[in-house]
Amino acid sequence: MVAYEPVIGLEVHAELLTESKMFCTCAVVDSTSAEPNTVVCPVCLAMPGVLPVINRKAVEFGLMVGLALNCEIPAFNQFARKSYFYPDLPKGYQISQYEYPLAINGWLEIDLPDGSTKRIGIRRAHLEEDTGKLTHVDGHSLVDLNRAGVPLLEIVSEADIRSAEEAEAYARKLRAILQYLGVNSGDMSKGVLRMEPNISVRPVGSDDLRTRTEIKNLNSIRSLARASAYEIERQIALYEAGESVQQATMGWDEARQVTVTQRVKESSEDYRYFPEPDLPVLELDRAWIEAVRAGLPELPDAKRDRLMAEHGLSRYDASVLVAQRAVADYYEQALAAGGDPKQVANYLIGDVFRQMNLEGRERDDIGAILLTPQALAELVTLVRQGAINHGVAKQLIETLYAEGGSPARLVEQRGLAQVSDESVIGEAVATVLDEHPDEVARYLAGEEKLIKFLMGMVMRALKGKGDAQVVQRQLAAQLEARRK
Amino acid sequence: MKIDRATVEHIAELAKLDLTDDEIALYAGQLSDILDAVGQLEQLDTGAIPPTASVLPLRNVFRPDRAQPSLPRDAALANAADSAEGQFRVDAVLDDAGEG
Ligand SMILES: [Zn+2]
Repeated sequence: MVAYEPVIGLEVHAELLTESKMFCTCAVVDSTSAEPNTVVCPVCLAMPGVLPVINRKAVEFGLMVGLALNCEIPAFNQFARKSYFYPDLPKGYQISQYEYPLAINGWLEIDLPDGSTKRIGIRRAHLEEDTGKLTHVDGHSLVDLNRAGVPLLEIVSEADIRSAEEAEAYARKLRAILQYLGVNSGDMSKGVLRMEPNISVRPVGSDDLRTRTEIKNLNSIRSLARASAYEIERQIALYEAGESVQQATMGWDEARQVTVTQRVKESSEDYRYFPEPDLPVLELDRAWIEAVRAGLPELPDAKRDRLMAEHGLSRYDASVLVAQRAVADYYEQALAAGGDPKQVANYLIGDVFRQMNLEGRERDDIGAILLTPQALAELVTLVRQGAINHGVAKQLIETLYAEGGSPARLVEQRGLAQVSDESVIGEAVATVLDEHPDEVARYLAGEEKLIKFLMGMVMRALKGKGDAQVVQRQLAAQLEARRK
Repeated sequence: MKIDRATVEHIAELAKLDLTDDEIALYAGQLSDILDAVGQLEQLDTGAIPPTASVLPLRNVFRPDRAQPSLPRDAALANAADSAEGQFRVDAVLDDAGEG
């Protein structure tokens, strides 16, 4: 059987978090919840005689993304009309950029499972306006234009991606960068960030570009990964059966976990692009561009490297902590509250994430959990000071996650303080050994793993609060003493 | 160039405008005058002039990112041919043509 490799490029549309729309002064609102057509004006309704004016902040946000993605910013920029007829677009054209985009020729680095990294090229990033929303009801379509004119940045990768896993890594990294820049929330379920992979497959070693398909309506990065994997397999199966792939737009059916053909493209669309006569061209001031570059916040890769260098975190842990801005913020707030960097990382990645998974909460949402970063820092400090042991800390995380509150107060209220007193522990060890003569004998005869069982029994006798080191030392000493 | 009544009626139909007979006559005359005025430009020799998308010597015109009140919804929908549930209502369009 021939081995195939996928060739994937990703087209990403990100709404920009400006206060007002791209070309008019209407507010940008959550278009999934706002009352329809309450933020529209003559400009975004395309009434006759109106003129668009470029929102400076949207250009600045676009520049931030372009620079963060290592792009060149061309000296000359121009908007263009992209004509097509669909009721989500009241003008009959979309103002976009065509020949002269805002940013070109960049790259983004992704981490591969084997620990290496790979650069994915960024072909271009350009500004445009979002379209309205249609709802189809019995023979009619209802049109809500709240979203029409919202600033949109389209980010197009080169077809450098070679697996569904790479597509996922690219998507995660790009989303994190947008979040760090504060230009997009990253919420794909609300459609403010939309990712569309285009996929073809070819025999390994060939460099031909075969017919590709594009996948739409992916509402999470998980769906993007699954849909891409599915589509790759579907295309390979077609070639293996001697059939061909049809150029088409596919949709992802989340319930059935399959891609389905939405629309077959027989020829490429003619959008009749031409320069937008209503908007003067842009020749961006170099000083402005450099000021934007200098003002970029610390980005995920830089933060990961710093966490590794400053706190000795593993690359894996640091990558997990920086993957969402909300998690990175939470972690850094815990450090600011005095938490030990390694211990906070361990409890956060292990125990806090476990609670979030159980609850089905997204990591982006960590800012809303009841266990505050300050409480986690306090908890870690209690462990370090020997006031509580590790097992109690894990238990407390469950409680604090469910109810909030102060770790120190909970320790006091529930009597969870660590027992380190040598004589108390010594007595507990002696009692346990007396009660388990059989296990003691087997241990002394060489079955050393029984120490774990005995340790567990002592801990139980101490209600889980024993100082593990003291227990271990006492246990070893008393067992040795019984060897005679 | 002479614009006749039929052309005005056709344009009015495309623009969803309801015109009276008097208005049709008035606009037929006005549109003819406008086309004649613009037609004078055709007499110019533009052979040595490079094509341009804009004749204004403007660069970098921005507005600050500040939201202003929008139109009241009733006003936004006032001229719609059809509306329902606070939305414009059009014949069903199921082909997902655009979404560029
Ligand atoms: Zn508007």
